[in-house]
Parts: sequence; C-alpha cells; structure tokens
Amino acid sequence: MTLFKQSMLALAAGTLAAGLLAFVAPGFQADAATDTAVNAAKLQPVSAFAKIKSKNERSVALFQEVGKVIQSPRCMNCHPATERPTQTDRMRPHIPLVVRGEGGVGAAGGLACSTCHHEANFDAANVPGNPKWALAPAEMAWQGKTLGQICVQIKDKQRNGGKDMAALVHHMAEDELVGWGWNPGGNRTPAPGTQKQFGELFKAWADSGAVCPKG
Amino acid sequence: MTVHDKATTALSRRSLLKGGAGLVLGAYVVRADRLLAQAPAAPKINIAPNTFLIIKPDNTVTVLSKGIEFGQGPFTGMATLVAEELDADWSQMRADHAPSNPELYKNLAFGIQGTGGSTAIANSYIQMRQVGAAARQMLVAAAAETWQVPAGEITVENGVIKHASGKEGRFGEFAEKAMAMPAPADPKLKDPSSFKLIGKEGVVKRLDSADKTNGKAFYTLDINEPDMLTVLVARSPKFGGKVASFDATAAKAVAGVVDVKQVPTGIAVYAKGFWPAKMGREALKIVWDDSKAEKRGSAELLQQFRGLSKTPGKVVKAQGDFDGSMAKGGRVVEVEYVFPYLAHAAMEPLNAYLKWDGDSAYARYGCQFPTPDHMAISKVLGLPIEKVKIDVLLAGGSFGRRAQQTTHQAVELAEVAKAIGPGKGVKLVWTREDDMRGGYYRPYSIHRMRGVVRDGKIEAWSDTIVSQSIMKGSFFEAVMFKDGLDPTSYEGSHETPYEVANFKCDMHQVDVGVPVLWWRSVGHTHTGYAVEAFVDELLEAAGKDPVEGRLELMANKKPRHAGVLKAVAELADWKNYKVPEGRARGVAVVESFNTFVAQVVELSMTDDGPKVHKVWCAVDCGVAVNPDIIRSQMEGGIGFGLGHILYAEQTLDAGRPVAGNFDTYRSLRINEMPEIEVTIVKSTEKPSGVGEPGVPPLGPAVANAMAKLGIGRPRQLPVVPGASA
Amino acid sequence: MAAFALKINGQTRQVDVDPNTPLLWAIRDGAGLMGTKYGCGVAQCGACTVYVDGQTVRSCSLPVSAVGNSEVTTIEGLDSKEAKAVQAAWVALDVPQCGYCQSGQIMSATALLNLNPAPTDRDIDLAMNGNICRCATYVRIRAAIHGAAKTLEG
Repeated sequence: MTLFKQSMLALAAGTLAAGLLAFVAPGFQADAATDTAVNAAKLQPVSAFAKIKSKNERSVALFQEVGKVIQSPRCMNCHPATERPTQTDRMRPHIPLVVRGEGGVGAAGGLACSTCHHEANFDAANVPGNPKWALAPAEMAWQGKTLGQICVQIKDKQRNGGKDMAALVHHMAEDELVGWGWNPGGNRTPAPGTQKQFGELFKAWADSGAVCPKG
Repeated sequence: MTVHDKATTALSRRSLLKGGAGLVLGAYVVRADRLLAQAPAAPKINIAPNTFLIIKPDNTVTVLSKGIEFGQGPFTGMATLVAEELDADWSQMRADHAPSNPELYKNLAFGIQGTGGSTAIANSYIQMRQVGAAARQMLVAAAAETWQVPAGEITVENGVIKHASGKEGRFGEFAEKAMAMPAPADPKLKDPSSFKLIGKEGVVKRLDSADKTNGKAFYTLDINEPDMLTVLVARSPKFGGKVASFDATAAKAVAGVVDVKQVPTGIAVYAKGFWPAKMGREALKIVWDDSKAEKRGSAELLQQFRGLSKTPGKVVKAQGDFDGSMAKGGRVVEVEYVFPYLAHAAMEPLNAYLKWDGDSAYARYGCQFPTPDHMAISKVLGLPIEKVKIDVLLAGGSFGRRAQQTTHQAVELAEVAKAIGPGKGVKLVWTREDDMRGGYYRPYSIHRMRGVVRDGKIEAWSDTIVSQSIMKGSFFEAVMFKDGLDPTSYEGSHETPYEVANFKCDMHQVDVGVPVLWWRSVGHTHTGYAVEAFVDELLEAAGKDPVEGRLELMANKKPRHAGVLKAVAELADWKNYKVPEGRARGVAVVESFNTFVAQVVELSMTDDGPKVHKVWCAVDCGVAVNPDIIRSQMEGGIGFGLGHILYAEQTLDAGRPVAGNFDTYRSLRINEMPEIEVTIVKSTEKPSGVGEPGVPPLGPAVANAMAKLGIGRPRQLPVVPGASA
Repeated sequence: MAAFALKINGQTRQVDVDPNTPLLWAIRDGAGLMGTKYGCGVAQCGACTVYVDGQTVRSCSLPVSAVGNSEVTTIEGLDSKEAKAVQAAWVALDVPQCGYCQSGQIMSATALLNLNPAPTDRDIDLAMNGNICRCATYVRIRAAIHGAAKTLEG
C-alpha cells in the first residue's frame, strides 16, 4: 500500500492524527558515501535443515530460507509488479520515473538505466551499479506475489528465461547481478547471508525435489 | 500598503548607510513613523541614462537592471520599459546587472538595493520609462546639434533617428555626445495608448533565452579564476551547534586541499576545486557542542504547535463577536492545517566569490540584497563601504533563498576570505545537502480554523495561527513588526476578501532554533491555503457553489478578487463543463503583493496521490508589461506550488534536518506537470509583481478539488508524505 | 591524484584529479567547461547531463577513472541538427527562466529526438522526468520538444 493511501485512509477515519503518520520519525539519512549498512538477518546453513525428516517439508523449508533473499528489497526492487522498478529499503517507486523498456534497460529515447547506473557502485553519488544492471522481464515479476507463487514461477521455463534447474542453480550461485544483492553499496541493506550460502540453499532445495510452499 | 511596501520607506538607504559599515542594520533604523515623517515628499529617483544604459557604437543598448535576474524576467522587463520610451528596436536591446550601489540602484519600494516581494517591475515602471525617455531626448538633442537642425523636427522610430532633410542616424553615433549632456529632470512619458512594446504580444522576446540554451549563461558556480580556492564549510548538523574541537590532519592530507581554518560557522576547507574540498571536508573530525542547539524533532514541534493552537493567541484583528456567534450554535466546523518546513532548493545551490587584497574587496555572486550584503562584507573585513565592490551575477533560482535578512552568506564569505588571509580569491560553495539541511526554511506553521454556518450563511470565522517569525532578530524587526508580531506570519489571514460579521485572527509567535526565511509568496504560502480551503469547506457546509459563494461573500467590495475569480470561471467554463468521471475541480483566489490570482484545478487520484491534469489561471497584475513573462511566471508558480503541496517537506530528527537531496525532498517533475491555461485580466492599475503570486492559490485549489472528489481536504501537508522517510 | 586524458568535444584535455572524482568535476574544474551544471551530485536532477560515446549520462554518477577513451560531449560540443532544432525551439518559446537546469534539459531533449523523432507526451515524460526544473518550465519544455520534432520533420 502506498504511503498516500495509508494517510488518506487515516484521514477518512476522521482523525487529525493522520498527519502524525508522516512524522513517525524517519531515520536520519546519512550523506552519500558514509557508513555501509549491514543486514542483521542471517541465513541458516543447509545442514540446519537436515533434521527435517520429510523430504517435501525439508524442500519447502529450504525454499522459505531462500525466500529471505528473494524477498529482500535488493532483489524485489528490480522484479516489480509493474513496468516501473522500486527503490530503497522501503521499496518506493523509483524516482525518476523509469520503465523496463526493451531488454529491461529503459525506454527507447527515455531514461536508460545506464544514464545513472554504471559498471560499479559509485558511493560518491550514492548510485548503485553493475555491468548487467537491468530490470527483470515482466514475466519474472515478484512484487505482489506470495513466496509460493514466486517459487512456481521460478521453476516455470515459460517465465524464467527458459532455464532448467541446473541453469537456475548456476544463476543463483554465480550470476554477478544476483551477487550485487550482497554488495549493494551506500547505505542499502544487503540481502541476508552470502551469495555462496544462498547458492547452496537453492541447490539443496533443487536436490530435495524443488517443492514450492503452498499459497 | 502591504507589509512589503512598508519596508520601503522605513529602510531607507540613509538609515542603512549612516554610520558607515554597520552590520547590525537595526541599530540605524529608527521607528517607521519617524522616518516617514522625515522622508522628503518626492524621494530623489535616479533617472540618469548614463548610469542605467550602455549604448555602444554597434547601437546595442544595454540596460543595467536593479533587480537580479534569476528567471522571473527583470532583464527583459527593464529593457522593455526603457526601449518603449527610447523608441528603440527590440533587437538592439541587451541587459546586465547593475553593480551594488544603493545611491544609484536602490529599489524604490525598499529604499535599499535589493530584489524581493515581487517589486521589480512595480518599482521601476515609471523610473525606467523615464530613463528611456530622457535618453531619447538626449540622443535627439545630440543629433540636432550635429545636424544643426531643430530638435523638434527630429523623429525616432525603431532605433533610427531621422530628420525630414533625409538625415538619418542610429543611437551608437550620438551616444557619446548624448550621454555627456545633463539628463532632463522630468522627461515626458508616452501615453499608454501609443505603447508599441509594453503589454504587446509577440513583440518582446526574453533577452536571456539563447545563452541559457547553449551553456553560455554565466552563474557564480562558473567562476574559475586561476588561483582561486574552492571552500566548503563543515557546519553543525543541528542548528545552533558549535565546534567543540576538531582534527584536520586527515583533511589536510587529501590531495588538493590547501588549508583548513575555523570560521564562526564551522570549519572551512580550502582546496583546488570542488571535489578535493568535499573529500577534505569528509575527512574532518569534528566534535560538536550541542548545548545550545535545537534538539527537538518534528513530532515534538507538532505537539507544541498543536497545543498552542488550541489556546487563544494574541489578537491580530477582531470584529463582531466571534465567541458569541459560535455559542449560538449551527453547523460548527473546526479544522487544523499543518504546514511543514520547506526548503527553497533552487537549482544552483548557494555560492559566492570574493577576492580580498587587504585594502579592498571584490565580490561576485547572485546577490539578491546588495546593500545589506555590502555592509556585512565591509564590516567583517573592516573596510570602508567604498572599498567593497559587489557585482551581481545571474542566479540559478532563489525563491527567496538569496534574500537573506541575516546576510549569513555574505558574512560567511567574508569570514572564509579573512581566515585564509588577503590575496586569495575564494569561492564559497554549498553542496546540495548543505543547501537542503542548512535551514532558512519556510516556517513550520499551524492554522486552527473555526467557523459556524447558520441558515446557509457563514456567521463566524476564526483563524488561530502558530508560526515562527521570519524577521525577528533581523534588521527588519524594528520597522516591520506590528504589536510585537511579524506580519509576514499572518498576511492574508487577518484580512480576507470575505465579509464575515464575526471575525477573529489571533496568533502565537513561537521561537524555534531553526532559521527561517521568506519562501516564494512568504506568509501567503500557508495563509492562502488556510483561508481558501476553509472558505470552501464552509461554503460546502452552507450548500453554496464555490465560485458563486465566494462572490457573494465579497459583497461587491473586492472588485479585483471578483474580477479574476469570474475570469477563471469563464476560462474553465466552471458552470457548464461536465467534469469527466473520476475527476473533480477546485478553485481558489488569493491576493499577494498587490496581484490577484484565481486558479481552477482539475485532478483525479492515483496510487501516487493526486494527478493534476489541468490548471486554469486568471491574473490581474495591473498594467501587464510583458504578457508572456507573466504567463511563464504563472506557469512556474503553479508548478512550484504543486510540487511542494504534493510532495515536499523538511522534517527534523532530534534537531537534524532529514531531507538532504532531491531523493528525499521530492521535486515536481515533468510527468507531474499539468497543462496550464492563463488569462491576463486587462487593467489600467499600476503594475504589480508576478514572481510570487502564482503560488498561493494552487494548494487550496488542489485541496478543494480533492474534497469534491470525496477524499477531503488535506489537513497536513504535503499531500503525499514520506519522501524523506 | 592521477592524470587523465579526457576526450571532450573532440579535443583531448589533460586533467589531474583523484580517480574517484565524478566526471562532472573533471569537466568543470579540470577542463574548465562550465556549461555542465552541478545541481544535486546524486543523479537526481539531471543538470550535469553529458553524452559518453553518444549515450546520455549523468556526469555526477560516473567516476572519471571509468571514462577511459570514451568520447564525452558536453553542451558546448552539441552541434547536431537535432540540437540546433531543440535550441531554436527553446528560444522561440522562451523556455528558460533561471536557466540553470537548461543545459541538462537540452542534452536530454536532443538525445530523445535522436532516438525518437516524433515523441508522444508519454515519451517526453519518460525521457525528461530525470531533469528537474525548479522554476517548473515544464509546460514550455514539452511544447518546445514537440516544436523541434516538427521542424526536424519538415
């Protein structure tokens, strides 16, 4: 729900406190190029799931662990529900207005991603970057979906760029844009754990039958 | 007389300059009434062409503008006034800034040299025409002498001087001779019926457009003198904090950093270029003493202001019996409007250049108040006024930010020059974050409105304002305050265009340790919203149409308000237009700076808040000198107003300003800009300003349209909060 | 500090700056070309827009060390027919107010017309919303882009 809707609902409820919503102390934002953020959340190692006897249940649990990464703002921001990415830990609409365009790199003649995002993070300007910086294709949208729906989608070759499980495992464990999620620069909170752990969890999930959570 | 004109007479040049290099201008300002009594009946007005015009052999005529050009169009405006009476051809006209010299270039509305209060055209309309007329007369006399013909037989048209004998010449050939002649004391001005440029469509084009499309327009940030040092100052993150101790070792080790000095406002880093200065500043280790700093957050301010708004303040104006009328009952409406701190965030952040050689100083920057700045620089450097020179440069916007009642930028500029010692040019630069977090905001304010409607009639109205004074503690306080209150906090609230029998406007003037400043349309930024949203709400309660209801309340006593309101209703076809499904319209009318503006807004709702599709605007600014500039100022004022009403706020977290850049202080962008249609109401009244008056009606018109859509009028701005979260 | 040979507007210019210096400041303080403006330093306002190998780039967002042998074009080096049409349309409609953002606006508008000779309002929104104008000259920017497109067409 957008902040605007929240505040309007509060208004409709007839309370002057609506305004207070806007004032709930926003954290002080450091200038660009100051402290890097850390993610307090950790990933459990694959071994932690061995105690789950049922293979199906273990598989689901593994995907739920994987989901901690998938559903972090670092990943979700570029798998938006619409053609416009979101940004920041709050996942607000990307400002300026940019759209996926062809190849996920922005509208033709419009603002290409590469207008601002380059080969590497540039903390001096508080701009993240990566050689493969782009939006995920529309069929790979994750925002607004449950983890179960995302899971089914990831396995669906029609909606995952035609990848089989081996390719998916490789992608999650090795892809440099995926890897950016743990090295986002600035004060962006990284995805939990490490890409290595994430890759291991994803592979363990695949090996356990790649069962998706319900719902 | 508005509060802005009043500064005029009060802050005369004499009062400012008497006593030499006094920084505390207030010390020289006597009480307004005494000054008024002493003021000569007709103050001396400089119309000498040789101080305002540079006519070159190539026939170009450069007009020196008293007002700074930061987009609102005084270059073109001044040149229009001169060219009209000079009978020049528009293509030969140019403009530049007059240097700091209050004797020659004072704003006749202020008595000192400065731009503000939308006065540029208003105070120059007669003066600059007289300059043009005098110059014409002198050129004709010079030609008559050269050609040995009677001056009366000479005509001037489109820059060509002609005599029936066939003799013909241009301004350039006679300029030297003409400018050496004494200027006529009272040159005859044209009858408006014979104007060729003033008020005409399509004849006058802006003089500054071309250079602003090819990168040639020169701003302060573009100064790049060979041995110049770029200076960034580390200032306290909280307002009122002081340096307790600092360690500059790492900063001095940054390549390109030349020196680090403590100055009254913080720690100054001197470097060869912006980037080393910024890196050096980031490497500073500073311990701040926050003992006297403002440490409250926005939530605490809201609580304090809200609490006060529920108690009676100092009465600004009262008539009838408000409490008695409320006691009689009826449809009682009480609402609170909360207005955030707003930054001006002009595109070019604050910056200024100064070279001091020990005996004299030369400053160049987008200086909006040359006279007080001039005095501030001379005071800090211990130089006589005449040893200080200020050249005014184009500025990348201001919206009030460069008109500093405290002269803080000029003082800091002189201090950083003084600290490094004579002989080095210094360019003091504020980063965007410095600018955004540096205070001097539109004051945080609350209006608590109460009213009652009985039998379809608004019987009582009160407006309790809680706000912070802009002028308190500055040289303006002594002359501008009324009964201990700052009139710019309530302008527009104490005198509304509406006749309500039982009326009260009272105010709590609160001290907060956050510096505040006038911000495009000053008090009207909040009073306009409070009055126009509230009258709409009461009219709704009374079952009246927003336009008809307002006109009734004006009771035939406010012809110019009514004029623009009727004009905008006609332009937008208010009565008959079928508003598309999902959209609604709202209207508002506000007078500010003697200019009357009414706007109709049509909007719909999206997930990202209101989408304003179109704004219709009617403006009455007296004689319209440059219609296209008036339109552009209305367009810009609407966009500026809309961006702030919808998205902008500066919040405080334990005293620290949160928003630091455009990612957290959201600015209107082209995809959010509505279509705009402007009509200029024909008027023979004397010209008034257009830089600010386009702003105030926009916010309440949006609010009123939102109410019509069933969402209600926003009680706390911005409408879409959270950009800084 | 390090020496970089930047190719700007067809000329090679030596600048001696820290490798992490944003291209913007290498252009302004290093090469002395002042038409490219500083407005935010965080790729939010577009005042510093240049082309790097023909691609629109916010020069504040790119370290000078990443430029390499690329060709940088600033407002001073604009001379395409699209640029001339855009500049003429800007003057015809008296678009600029304070003018400070307009170098960036012109760079973005020219790039748009290079890639899309007949932009719709939506195309203009998508191409130009990265350029903030605090004077809000947006109505005229839009009209001028349509105007320039028309001249180029004819």
